[in-house]
Amino acid sequence: MKYIPTTPPERDRMLRTIGVRNVEDLFRDIPEEVRLTRDLDLPAAMADPDLLAHMRRLAERNTDCDRLACFLGAGAYDHFTPSTVPHLALKPEFLTAYTPYQAEMMQGELQAIYEYQSMMCELTAMDVANASMYDGASATGEAASMAADLTKRGEVLLSTALHPEYRQVLRTFTSHLPITVRDVPAVDGVTSLAAARAAVTDDTAALVIQSPNFFGCIEDGEALARTVHDRGALLIVAISDPVSLGLLRPPGEYGADIVTGEGQPLGNALNFGGPYLGIIATRDASVRRLPGRLVGRTVDTEGRPGYVLTLQTREQHIRRARATSNICTNEALNALIAAVHLATLGRQGIQHMADLCARKAHYARSAIASVPGYRIAFPSPTFNEFVVRCPVPPVEINRRLLEHGILGGLPLDQFYPELADCWLVCVTERRTREEIDRLAGQLEALR
Amino acid sequence: MYPKELRYSKEHEWAKVEGKRVRVGITKFAADRLSDVVYVELPQVGAEVAFMQPFGVVESVKAVSDLYAPVSGKVIEVNRAVAEKPEMINTDPYGEAWMIVIEPRNLSELDRLLDAAAYAALVGEGTS
Repeated sequence: MKYIPTTPPERDRMLRTIGVRNVEDLFRDIPEEVRLTRDLDLPAAMADPDLLAHMRRLAERNTDCDRLACFLGAGAYDHFTPSTVPHLALKPEFLTAYTPYQAEMMQGELQAIYEYQSMMCELTAMDVANASMYDGASATGEAASMAADLTKRGEVLLSTALHPEYRQVLRTFTSHLPITVRDVPAVDGVTSLAAARAAVTDDTAALVIQSPNFFGCIEDGEALARTVHDRGALLIVAISDPVSLGLLRPPGEYGADIVTGEGQPLGNALNFGGPYLGIIATRDASVRRLPGRLVGRTVDTEGRPGYVLTLQTREQHIRRARATSNICTNEALNALIAAVHLATLGRQGIQHMADLCARKAHYARSAIASVPGYRIAFPSPTFNEFVVRCPVPPVEINRRLLEHGILGGLPLDQFYPELADCWLVCVTERRTREEIDRLAGQLEALR
Repeated sequence: MYPKELRYSKEHEWAKVEGKRVRVGITKFAADRLSDVVYVELPQVGAEVAFMQPFGVVESVKAVSDLYAPVSGKVIEVNRAVAEKPEMINTDPYGEAWMIVIEPRNLSELDRLLDAAAYAALVGEGTS
């Protein structure tokens, strides 16, 4: 079978109709010297079984978190996904309806998104969440421009304990907007309250923090919220692992005005870094500044419940240049996966998962701290990640661990030169005591 | 339909001179065309607005439109009631549903607006 949608006679007819002799004529505006004048240098076509074997061999050169004991987090988390999740979320009715194009025709898809939005509101303790963004970083970038729009102010403050890649993306997002971005330093692994107080001005639109932050430390969100609110600025809280909200106080309860987050940890595979799932939620009063799609629940002419895309006047197809954002799509399938995942876990399930993460991470924290030469870098409480100061360069530690089937933590020197001996370790509920003991044992052996 | 004492912009705002202040709203024509208005976004008291630049947004079940300032100056009053009950724009566009009061920088800008007859002609109707 040839994957060519037209037959040669059809193509000849089309060419005659537009008045050219052959397909080559269509490319004659492209200078000769940049055109490929020979065939592509490809190997001979393989038979189907040979091709599958070839691809399998290539795939086997990758490794994954089912074969390694993963202690790497830093924005992408290796959580357990119950079997119901792929079974339901990958049903063709959902899989092919990956985004609502003929929105109101797709009541099931809209209902799933509505449920996802409702769950995000419950998790974050906010009033309204959208149908999803690209990922946690872009959602945080959108939140910054949303805050500037809401406050009519031009400056956004970033805690340096916010994920460094989120900060990069946020700077890219705001680089062509009338927004200046300034850093607020972290001291001892948490955003400095004194520095935040000193940095916030009457032109500050928002302070962006992450909690637990990039170092795994839990921020004093309430104090930071008070500090910025006193000057009329907003608090944006990024959540890099929403599982943490099964245990920790949700940002909506300590004064966050906008909550963003990475939804990958909710049932989505690590996927080599994407596609991921951007969460954004806010207060009712700010809903008309919220970017992206929003599904609402309504009733039809006979009073039966139904779902619609709502408040679309914020979006480009209606609002044009004055839309709240450039985003005009969503990550509906990833959002659906998150919704099925949360529905499977239930209220107790996510609390249990969060509790397991915290307990196992604290077991690992003590085990590593008891290895001579290693110490915990920061005193603040942590959830499922923590920073370790190491007697051996972390890159070297990771190289040695990989030989023993362990994927080590993140060496922090690439983002924080002053933390060159620091290693960000993550422990989810998937890690076993045996794996944690094996990690500590290996560290003992290579100090 | 279009009171004689008002001046009108081509973007369908009306302006009413009240001594040294100018009260602003949208016309009956605009309100009818929008149909049921569900949301109005207005500036803060103290905001600066510029002649025929957007000062707010009006949204109906059918469309969303920018509101244009018929005169440059400082916003000295904002109608909170219309923000809370935007449907009054449909029922009483020249009265209850005024939107903002501007302290104008240059009253002569009003000469560039239309009178009732010219506005009625613009929207294709005779004066009432």
